[in-house]
Amino acid sequence: MYIVDRRLNPGSKSLENRQRFLRRAKALVQGAVKKTSQERDIKDVLEGGEVAIPLDGMTEPRFRREGGTRDMVLPGNKKFVEGDVLPRSGQSGGSPSEPGEGEGEDAFRFVLSRDEFVDLFLDDLELPDLAKRRLTEAESVSLQRAGYTTSGSPANISISRTVQLALARRVALRRPRRETIAELEAALAECTDEDRRAVLAAELEALMAKAKRIPFIDPLDIRFRRFESVPKPVAQAVMFCLMDVSGSMSEHMKDLAKRFYMLLYVFLTRRYRHVEIVFIRHTDRAEEVDENTFFHGPASGGTLVSSALAAMSEIVRARFSPADWNIYAAQASDGDNSYADSELTSRLLTDMILPVTQFFAYLEVGDTSGGPFDMPDSSLWSLYQRLQAEGAPLSMRKVSDRSEIFPVFKDLFHRRTKQEKVAS
Amino acid sequence: MTATGERLFEGADWDFQALQRIHDACEEVALGELGLDVYPNQIEVITAEQMLDAYSSVGMPLFYKHWSFGKQFAHQETFYRKGLMGLAYEIVINSSPCISYLMEENTATMQTLVIAHAAFGHNHFFKNNYLFKQWTDADGILDYLDFAKNYIAQCEERHGRLAVEVTLDAAHALMSHGIDRYPGKKKLDLRAEEKRAGDRRQHEESAFNDLWRTVPAGKVKTRSVLSAERRRTLLGLPQENILYFLEKTAPRLQPWQREILRIVRHIAQYFYPQSQTKVMNEGTATYVHYRIMSRLHEQGRLSDGNFLEFLQSHTNVVFQPSFDDQRFSGFNPYALGFAMMQDIERIVTKPDEEDRQWFPDIAGKGDAMAVLRDVWANYRDESFISQFLSPRLMRHFRMFHLHDDPTEAGILVDAIHNERGYRGIRRELARQYDVGYIDPNIEVVDVDLAGDRRLMLRHAVVKGAQLQETDTKRVLQHLADLWTYDVSLVEVDTSGNVLKEYVVSPRGVSAAA
Repeated sequence: MYIVDRRLNPGSKSLENRQRFLRRAKALVQGAVKKTSQERDIKDVLEGGEVAIPLDGMTEPRFRREGGTRDMVLPGNKKFVEGDVLPRSGQSGGSPSEPGEGEGEDAFRFVLSRDEFVDLFLDDLELPDLAKRRLTEAESVSLQRAGYTTSGSPANISISRTVQLALARRVALRRPRRETIAELEAALAECTDEDRRAVLAAELEALMAKAKRIPFIDPLDIRFRRFESVPKPVAQAVMFCLMDVSGSMSEHMKDLAKRFYMLLYVFLTRRYRHVEIVFIRHTDRAEEVDENTFFHGPASGGTLVSSALAAMSEIVRARFSPADWNIYAAQASDGDNSYADSELTSRLLTDMILPVTQFFAYLEVGDTSGGPFDMPDSSLWSLYQRLQAEGAPLSMRKVSDRSEIFPVFKDLFHRRTKQEKVAS
Repeated sequence: MTATGERLFEGADWDFQALQRIHDACEEVALGELGLDVYPNQIEVITAEQMLDAYSSVGMPLFYKHWSFGKQFAHQETFYRKGLMGLAYEIVINSSPCISYLMEENTATMQTLVIAHAAFGHNHFFKNNYLFKQWTDADGILDYLDFAKNYIAQCEERHGRLAVEVTLDAAHALMSHGIDRYPGKKKLDLRAEEKRAGDRRQHEESAFNDLWRTVPAGKVKTRSVLSAERRRTLLGLPQENILYFLEKTAPRLQPWQREILRIVRHIAQYFYPQSQTKVMNEGTATYVHYRIMSRLHEQGRLSDGNFLEFLQSHTNVVFQPSFDDQRFSGFNPYALGFAMMQDIERIVTKPDEEDRQWFPDIAGKGDAMAVLRDVWANYRDESFISQFLSPRLMRHFRMFHLHDDPTEAGILVDAIHNERGYRGIRRELARQYDVGYIDPNIEVVDVDLAGDRRLMLRHAVVKGAQLQETDTKRVLQHLADLWTYDVSLVEVDTSGNVLKEYVVSPRGVSAAA
């Protein structure tokens, strides 16, 4: 009989099969993931979890029979006698074939891991090419283990490695073991024969001398842990959500904006270890608020976009030094802005905001009725378009329906070829 | 055997020495007292996750890759995480050496139970039952699976993952109709397979002779000469092994596609005996573990506490809910099998008048193990039940027979566990386990060689049970993709009336290209 311990074998043998399954069901799973994510809060959207996909397309059909006359033998008779006729309805006597039986479950449920979930969610997207600017700036440095060295500070001695080398050396040089010496000493003490004693004594002396010559630990054996310093990329990002909450913004528009922010948050969390969100809402003046107030708090007033930009730039100066933070901003608005504000807005944007942000997206939300092409260019849109034409690095899109959010987001972060990057 | 009285282990913890002691103790009882004959054992300790893995690829250690196994895995993992499903304590593979998987979470008692159950009970059954002897090759299966896995991986490299997947999907859909039910066994052996391929090639080369081209052809055979009768003989029709038929005759399959069909067919064939012997197989294993565990307890090698733990899980395993119970899902093969084995033991050793009348051959014969070993070797579920289900057991399970005719107003209770009903119930129950009734009877009947090369299938409808429409269309679609011409299927009842006809055309040539 053999006993084999397979627990150490690489696990997840089914991983490959699972991936095949996901690949095959990709379209369906992606749909399910999007659907699931719509019901979640911004911060929870990342968590993996159960999804249900329609079984269609994933079926493994077989020839099966249904209906017909059936005979069955069942256990547990309590009161039936031969010749009884049982009514067909109800549970008794085994369920007769039901119409549609065998169509299978309508949905196939299974659990996606967090990574799989986000992967499917953000499949095919990447951050715009923007980290370059950061790299030139000073970055923090961290230490990383890099093997062993023969010199170093005593605090860094690697005991296990040192002892290992010492042992190897002692074995190689045949240093007498302590037990051997002890044995020999005992033999010497017991021995009465003079000649034999002399031989033993000589042997013992030789061994002792050898043990002395070959030290237990030689300076040669000592090894130190070596560290290298590696530049640490800025691993934190802040995301500014700017939104116009003046009376002209309907619930529908806010919902659109929320969805966009959600996607951006998920996306950033994938790239950065730590992501902060700052919500700035504005009417004719701007204030920083929490998420709930941001989306649901009532507010009214005129519209001055520059107030939000000024607030953002103030917050950046106070709390988020561009050297330590990657700054992202997404602005959502219905496009209304007073004409008098244009000048200030464009100056703030080009001078204060754009130089420090990695990415600035403007999302113009419209009502459900018209498609994005029916929306006339608003004042803000025209302004930003002008700035963009002048070479300002900002991205802008129009959205009017929930279903467009994801395509627009995808479009913004779509993996681009070199030429496209230059063009956009 | 003398009572050694030395405990095999204490408490619930086990280590590898303990497993060895447990195995040796079980072996002593199994071979010495029960006279079992087993393959050498190999016991593998695995984690719960690996158990799930094994589950989802039909319990086989090395299996080719396919998305359907991933789907299984995802599905079962969900259940397992929710706690809806416990995992089996063990999986055992019919191979030589016989591999039993033990989960690391099991307690020492459970490991003993599992070793007795799988490594001796199932193992003996695999080695001795005629169906397994006839249909499976325990020495070759691991090699063959290895060959299959590598071959399919190679195909994926050469012909693309998608093409292989399409072929496998189609083959899986037809898997239940890829079984030879009658002829002798095939050797599943890597070396033989390779040699066969080589020989075939060599023969083709050596038999090539350009002269044959110049030999004057005989009289052109008219259509009447090549009658339908003769054509069907040439094609080996009617043929119920659809995969075999496709492998041999489908006009536009690539050689590698044929090989894949062959692999799927072989694997279906390998599992064929298992589906026919569920009750017997589990009954044997349960009976054996019960005997071994009781004996170990008698010898004092299992403490009372451990034995109680065993009895608790044993009782769970052989629990048979009644038909109106929420937990009911047909007969529990463990319960029925174990009850029948014990009943046979009783009939052989302490028969009453009724037993002598019903089982004159074995009643009072005295040597229960000899009778049981003979039963285990020579029966399958259907014949086993129709021979050995005793009136006493029918009373014990309170069996009754329902006849459900959709044209009648209600369901008729046809027989109950009384003098008049015994034989009827036994016959019906045996029929429930008859593979001939379980699988729909579908055959390839003809190919329209002169016309549009349509493949014609026939389903012989039994007792009015027709094929489920959606699934049937899907399977036929797969079949048509492999055949690359139209496929038709007619459902014919016993008096020859056509109940329904399906015709499916292939989806482009992508499957065959």
